[in-house]
This record gives sequence, structure tokens and C-alpha cells, in this order.
Amino acid sequence: MKFKLLTSVAALALSAIAAKAETGLIVGIQLEPPHLDPTSAAAGAIDQVLYSNVFEGLTRFGPDGSINPGLAESWEISEDGLTYTFNLRDGVNFHDGTDMDSSDVVFSLDRARAEDSANAQKALFAGIESVEAVDPLTARVTLSAANGGFLFNLAWGDAVIVAPESIDDIKTLPIGTGAFEFSNWVQGDQIELARNEAYWGTPANLETATFKFISDPTAAFAAMMAEDVDVFYSYPAPENLPQFEADPRFEVLVGSSEGETILSTNNKMEPFTDIRVREAVAHAIDRQAIIDGAMFGLGTPIGTHFAPHNPDYVDLTRNSQYDPELAKALLAEAGYADGFTTTLKLPPPSYARRGGEIIASQLRAVGIETEISNLEWAQWLEEVFRGKDFGLTIVSHTESFDIGIYARPDYYFQYDNADFQQLMEDLTAETDPETRSALIAQAQTIISNDYVNGYLFQLAIATVVKAGVEGIWADAPTQAVDLTSVRWTN
Amino acid sequence: MLRFAILRLVSLGLSLVVASIVIFTLIEIIPGDPAAFMLGLNAQADTIAVLRAELGLDASPLERYFGWVTGMLTGDFGTSYTYRTPVSEMIGERLWISLPLALIALGLSTLIAFPVGILAASRRGSLVDTVVMGFTQLGVAIPNFWFAMLMVLVFSINLRWFSAGGFPGWDEGLFACLKALTLPAISLALPQASILARVMRSALVDTLDEDFMRTARAKGLTRKQAIRHHALRNAMIPVLTIIGLQFSFLLAGAIIIENVFFLPGLGRLIFQAISQRDLIVVESVVMLLVFAVILVNFAVDITYALVDPRLRRPS
Repeated sequence: MKFKLLTSVAALALSAIAAKAETGLIVGIQLEPPHLDPTSAAAGAIDQVLYSNVFEGLTRFGPDGSINPGLAESWEISEDGLTYTFNLRDGVNFHDGTDMDSSDVVFSLDRARAEDSANAQKALFAGIESVEAVDPLTARVTLSAANGGFLFNLAWGDAVIVAPESIDDIKTLPIGTGAFEFSNWVQGDQIELARNEAYWGTPANLETATFKFISDPTAAFAAMMAEDVDVFYSYPAPENLPQFEADPRFEVLVGSSEGETILSTNNKMEPFTDIRVREAVAHAIDRQAIIDGAMFGLGTPIGTHFAPHNPDYVDLTRNSQYDPELAKALLAEAGYADGFTTTLKLPPPSYARRGGEIIASQLRAVGIETEISNLEWAQWLEEVFRGKDFGLTIVSHTESFDIGIYARPDYYFQYDNADFQQLMEDLTAETDPETRSALIAQAQTIISNDYVNGYLFQLAIATVVKAGVEGIWADAPTQAVDLTSVRWTN
Repeated sequence: MLRFAILRLVSLGLSLVVASIVIFTLIEIIPGDPAAFMLGLNAQADTIAVLRAELGLDASPLERYFGWVTGMLTGDFGTSYTYRTPVSEMIGERLWISLPLALIALGLSTLIAFPVGILAASRRGSLVDTVVMGFTQLGVAIPNFWFAMLMVLVFSINLRWFSAGGFPGWDEGLFACLKALTLPAISLALPQASILARVMRSALVDTLDEDFMRTARAKGLTRKQAIRHHALRNAMIPVLTIIGLQFSFLLAGAIIIENVFFLPGLGRLIFQAISQRDLIVVESVVMLLVFAVILVNFAVDITYALVDPRLRRPS
């Protein structure tokens, strides 16, 4: 009797969940946002929850990474490429009911580029000379130099439009213009969003969206299998994916992310100052073995620091083909016939920890011994990123279009090439799409030929989705879980 | 008794001061900068400096230590670097999950351990004793997270009686919350119950051999009466010690279980805070746990004295 009662209670609870699921969606993500202001932290989790759902920028990323109009309906660019005039959409309100107009654009961009700005991507706004409100629906941005990537920069989560009225509480009460408004945050557990009934564009299909934070891979598996969550974005355990694929209740979306996973090399540390040594490392690495062994087959090999799904990508993997004999010969030529010992410092993600073990054994095969140390992120930032105290490390650079980091000689891998720096300046100033493509191809080739880092693979992103959920992005042009056009088909 | 309690209180205060110094120093030594962590790989040095100033990280360690301690004395635990909300609020919210979880687990563990331990001790050497001790051996040996995963597999994935984890919040009603805490509490309780049952049994077995037990039986008490009135009370000291230790363990040590069931408790808070270098949260939570442990030990000490009058006299 008791058992029967318990099962019926459980059934009741389950049916309640099922009824809720038709208008709401529960999305599992691994990390919880530290706070809810996308304009003052780098944490990807903030964008995952809020980008495009709650906050919008003048431009926005489409599912394929293209740049589409956002709060700016259209724009005119002056002949010299210095002045951008944005025509804002009419009738856009913030979730607190106040109007979104050009003064908010001025406020947001000025705040991001201010002296005391805490924007994690302040460099995006560095070229802005002034921002002015021409009239309530027209904003004009003047740049100090032409910047072919400016519209792209404005699509970032760090460039969303915020209002001066609500800025003080933005970290806990985000007020944006998006199709969803923030409704509740149970810290440590979940964030709830509700449909914005007064949205300026096509309203969202979902009435509510809940983001649940489940960091442990085993717990993520259990939550998905028990159908506690409807979607698990960026599913953390690739080894379980075949099981989900085989289950008719689920679907697995595999897409490309912006994460170039590289064996970062300290270009200012002996013996990596010698290009022959770096080339030897490149030829000692069997990318496919790493993808199969560490990522269970998910990932696309890369030969340079650029995303393969980008139309401007050049396949340079042949440049650093797996050839251990060549690697040994190059080492001997550089005076390291007996090999050498270096450090390999690994941050927590599994691509680094698992990939690191495989790379260590591949390097050992050509005579390079590595001392592996596992670091937490904060330690990695301190020792490797800031302290530059490393020989090799593995990290995925997840920002979109970040080849520009090779033009920063003080960046942690310390690549200093004046030609490349000049090329990047030319690229920024160039606005003609064809010339830009050519310059981008050239940039990819230079860093590939210089064997700056070991280029491993483009990080794939796997999202597990319950059957009947439609509209989840497979690719991740930015770290966003855009739910604006997601719906249930059953 | 009063003098005993006062002496204990003084040593409690001293322990807290020492603990605060140790915690602060340890956390100062760990490499990693919360501002750099928050701003990520593309941040410029000047932005990090701005954030450090905003967080008050540019003050000297001594200033920060005294700021922290004086704040705590007035109930102000500071503001979290990452979440930007008062630490006391965060701890309060998490405590509302960790504390009930620890209490339920402790309650379950005691409820199982007492009868089992007494049964095994009073039938020492019998089949019942062997079977019970066999099971408790198993219970001690099985890691609680593995047991937790097994329960999720059976009760959440296959039978669908419980969700695989998460916590609905107390607003959703007592039933929903207790339901969410059931599997975690059981997985925490079983290993603890096994340990407690074994301690109970051996403590009781020892007292059963004492002379006063023979005397009790000789003056006409039945075996049951003798156990209840004389043996149990004398066997309580080691059992109380273990219960005290277990409570502190359950409060702070549920971290793995909280991860398996993605419960937003204190353990997960501290885990997250360490990886994000949210130092002020780490310091305050650890301090709170130290305080809880010391307080529980104090309570246990006082209970010893209540149970055993000999301990009330300072040696």
C-alpha cells in the first residue's frame, strides 16, 4: 500500500514536470555565472545564460557566426571607414519599461571604454574616438582608425547595450532588451528566465527557460538520463555520447566551437627559441591520436590558429604532419640529438589533462622528456599566463577570431614577429572584404610556418537534446545558448 | 561543572583566534589572483588593476586580516569577490541545505547504528553478530559517492522516483525539499551508520565484561535491564565522540555528495570559491566550519561531563 502511494506520488510529480516541459525548457550547463553582468567579466557562463536571451547588442552573432543586425536595424559606414552611423530599432524597451535609445548606446560604449572600465575585452573598444547621439534613434561612432572588424566586435557579449538606470544592480538583476527577462536566481542551483511579452521582435516560443548548473560529468549524465534537464549544452563527457545517440529519447548535436586547442610553447624559453626545435615538436605530434584518445574522436585537426568552419580558413595541417623521424632529425640538427627536458603545465579541462598524457608520450618517442604538472585555472593564470613560467602548456583559446594575440609580444607564448604585427595593423585598417581575406590567409600561414605553437585541433562542442526540442545551435560562434527561436515540436 | 564549562569556553576562544590566523595565512600563500581569474585571457593589465582596487585587494595583508576579523565580530563577513553579494547571505542560503542534510544524515545514521550495534553486542559471537558486522564492514568500505551514483542509477534513472539531483528551494514546500535530500542523506548516512554501529558494538562489548555488569546481574537485573541502565551509559563516551566527529564531517565533508547530486550546499560553495579564488568566501566559510567543529566539540565535552560525573572535576 505504502509502495503504491509512493509510486503514485512520484507519478504525479513526474506528470507535473512533463506538463511544465511543453512551454518551458531546462538547460543544463556546467558552470554557474559568477554574476550577471556580461560587460565586466570573462566568464563564458554569463554569456551562455544571458547573451541574446536577455541582453542584445547593436549587432549579433547568427548560428553560423555571421554578423546580423541586432538593436541597430541598419548602419552606414563612411567612405574612410571612420564613422559608423547606426539606425536603431524603434519601439525597443528595456525589461523595466524604459525606452532603449541612442543615449543608452552612448552610455554603454562609453562605459566599456572608460579609463576605469572593468570590461574583460576592453581592447574591442580601443579604437573608438567618440560616441554621440544624433537623435534618439541614431547613434554615431567615430573611430580613430578604420577597423574592418568593428561590427564583429560589437556583436560580442561584452558589447551589449545596458541602461544607466539599471546599471547599479546589473550583477544580480540584469535588465536588458532581449526576448527573455531575468526572473530568479537560486544561487548554486539555477537561473530562471521568463518570456518578455513586450519584445520588439519575434517573441520567444518558450514561456520559461531555466539554466541548471551541473558541474560533475557523472551528475550531468544522470540528470540527462533521468530527464531532469531537456538540453545539456556543451556536454562534458564525450565517452557517454554514443549511449545518448543510441537512445531514441535523445539527440546529440555536434558542432564546432571557436576553441583552437594548441600546445602553447614559450617562444622565449630555451630551447624553444630555436625554430627547428618548435618544428620538431610540431612533427612529433599525432593530432588524430590525440583527438581519438582524449576527445573520443570529436574535434577537427588544425594547422594554424584559426577556426576551420570560418570561410577564410586555410588548411595548413600538412605543414606540421606527423613525422617522428623528421622530428628527430630536426632536433639533432638543432643540437639536441639526445633530446631535452621541459615542463608541460596542464589546466583542468579534459582536453588538456587527457591530451597532455598523450602528447607527453609522443614527445618522449622523439627524445623530449616532459615534467607534467596539473594546475587549477587560477594557478595556471598566475604561473603560466602571467608569470610565463612554462615550457609547454595545452589550452583552448575560445574567443572568436583571436589570431590577433600573435601580434602581442608580451602575450604568454611570447611570439615577437614585426612582420606579423604589421600585418595585423594592416588587417585592422582594411575594410575591403577580399583584401581582408587575403591578409587573414597570410597571417595564418606566417604563424604556421614559424611553428609558434603546436596546433592540435578545433574543440568540438556536443550538446545533448531531448527529442522534440528544436532550434538549439549546434555550432558555437560565441559562448551563447540562444533560446530565442527554440521550441518544442510535440 | 561551571568551572569546567568556563575553562572549555576560554580554550574555544583561543582556538578560534589561532584558526583565523592559520586560515588567513594559508589562503594568502595560495597562488592565484581573483581579479585575473574573473577577467580571463584577453584582459589588459590596467583593467585587472582597476578590478583589484575595486575589490580592495590592493590593501596590505595585515589591513585585510584585521578588516576581516573585525568585520566577522560584528557579523559582517564581507562581500564575495566573484558574486558581489554579502558572504553572510551566501552562507545563510547554503547552510539551509547543508545543515538539514547533515542533521537528517546524522539522524538516520544514529537511528540505524544504535539498534544494530546493541543487537550485535548483546549477541556477541552469534550468527546475527557475524552478519551485522559483515554488512557494516561493507558499509565502511564502500565509498559514499559510489553508493550515491548507484542510488541515482536505480532510483532516478531506472525507477524515476527521485530526480537525479538539484534542490528546488524551500519555497517549493517541505515535501519537495525533503524528497530532494533523501538520496543524498541516505548515501551520507550509510557509511557513517556502519562506523557508528561498529563503535557502539565494541564499546558495549567492553562494558559488558566489566565487574559492575556482573554485579548488576547479580543483584537481579535481567540482561536487557542491565544493558539499558548500566552498560549503555558507560559505553556512550566513545559513541558520543564519534557522533561529534561525524556531525562536523557531514557539515563540511558532504562536498563530494553535493557534487554528485548537484546540491548548492556549503561544500560546493567552498569548492567553487577555491577554484575561482574567491578568497573572502573561502576564508569565511572555513572559519565558520572551524567554529562549528569547535562548538560541536564543546557540546560533546559538556555531554561527556553529563554522562560521566568523574570528568567534571579538573585533574
